[in-house]
Amino acid sequence: MSAELPEFDVPPPTGADESSPAPSRRTFIATGTAVGGAVVAGGVIGGTIFADAQEVSAAEAPPSSRVSLTVNGTRRTVTVDNRTSLLDLLREHLGLTGSKKGCNAGACGACTVLVDGQRHNACLTLAVRLEGAEVTTIEGLAEGDRLHPLQQAFIDQDAFQCGYCTPGQIVSGVGCIQEGHTGSPEEIREWMSGNICRCGCYVKIVRAVGQTAGRK
Amino acid sequence: MYPFAFTKASDTREALNAGRRGGRYIAGGTTLVDLMRETVERPETLVDITGLPLREVTVTERGGLRIGALVTMSEAAAHPKVRTLYPVVSEALELSASAQLRNMATIGGNIMQRTRCTYFRDVTAACNKREPGSGCAALHGFNRTHAILGTSDACVATHPSDAAVAFAALEARVHLLGPDGARQVPFVDFHLRPGSTPQREQALRKGELITAVEIPALPRPLRSGYLKVRDRQSYEFALTSAAVALHIRGGVIREAKVAAGGVGTVPWKLPAVEQHLLGERPSGALWSAAAAKAADGARPLQHNRFKVELLKRTVERQLRVVGGTK
Repeated sequence: MSAELPEFDVPPPTGADESSPAPSRRTFIATGTAVGGAVVAGGVIGGTIFADAQEVSAAEAPPSSRVSLTVNGTRRTVTVDNRTSLLDLLREHLGLTGSKKGCNAGACGACTVLVDGQRHNACLTLAVRLEGAEVTTIEGLAEGDRLHPLQQAFIDQDAFQCGYCTPGQIVSGVGCIQEGHTGSPEEIREWMSGNICRCGCYVKIVRAVGQTAGRK
Repeated sequence: MYPFAFTKASDTREALNAGRRGGRYIAGGTTLVDLMRETVERPETLVDITGLPLREVTVTERGGLRIGALVTMSEAAAHPKVRTLYPVVSEALELSASAQLRNMATIGGNIMQRTRCTYFRDVTAACNKREPGSGCAALHGFNRTHAILGTSDACVATHPSDAAVAFAALEARVHLLGPDGARQVPFVDFHLRPGSTPQREQALRKGELITAVEIPALPRPLRSGYLKVRDRQSYEFALTSAAVALHIRGGVIREAKVAAGGVGTVPWKLPAVEQHLLGERPSGALWSAAAAKAADGARPLQHNRFKVELLKRTVERQLRVVGGTK
């Protein structure tokens, strides 16, 4: 079932709000990230310093597009800067911060979501290309208070430590199980290799995926 | 990432028109978006071509296989015809990237992949491929993963694709469509060696679109397979790799198709190895003698000398696996 939400323009990322008495953890981190991003974007290229993204947008609005997609069963119509990744759309504009930004380069899998039922790296997906797409994130797996079997299996198997990669691991695991690549621990390892876990919980992650696949 | 205009082509004609005006085609986008974020790629206009009807895998009249440019890597790898007729292609695809990336990336995009050379990806480093005339930081830099074959003083970057190695071995053809019509390019001519113009990587004309990769019919039975050697067991680019296809009849090798990856500036066909095998009877000594020619002409750099021996061993091992003798 999908509920139609009113269209809204995605606001440009805001900087630090100095009037806020005590920034929340998320505001603090978001601000730090924005500053870090500006440093990268404003780096020295070929001997010249070029304006960062926000300066460009101040001078002339960067090209943007309107796109309608379904996220966890809810239809969303947004207007986004063409550069916006699906990951940033989810995290910064739709408030779905479950999908994580690890490498932002398709190398770690922390941002894994399902697009039309298939696991994709949200960081390498431009949001403007998702017209009509159905996206499922970690937030969309549980049914009310009932966890998805793979979420429960991660708890049963104690398949995480810091938890940062876990949303991506679980969504990727759902894809892996749907694809049928769970015939052996070795097969699960190979087909889950797009998800890196710096805590090294691989043995238990493989068990959790195997446990869930076995139940189906 | 620099701002860019975005348009989605609803048919081939629309795509070609946009391409002619300088638009950059995007399919899976797994390389392009990554490099745009690094500001290595700075397209002014992206043309989304995923709506074009290039998603079919078909058996050709002559018994070959035509893989549409927009077939994803995972679809191509899992396709029953690809798996049964050319296992080397399926294996090369499944040993590439990750499940997520293979769900996104397409066959056309795969052969358009740009190098993983870290200096190419670092906009503060000298790189003739990215910034012609700026020099090559890899030549005397950290070049452990770089090429030993097909290099020039201007560029030593490897071509990263595994599937392209299989296509090169099988002597595939790239189907192109441009403003002046359709044409085909033999796979080995599609990728350009760097020479003094490493910024030119493919034999594509302006606005041309890849529509398919066609693998020719080969005599049956054909045994084939792909071996990839890398720093970790999965989700890593090749240090060396070998694509091998053999047709053995009456105890004699009648057809031999061999190419190597991870070592060349382009997918590296090994005609000297193939010639050594033709007309011979499979044996351990034969594999070894043929593979000894795999690194002919190699120009190793300071940190990748090991690739010369590793390449020979990779080819020998895969000849043994596919050829089926000790």
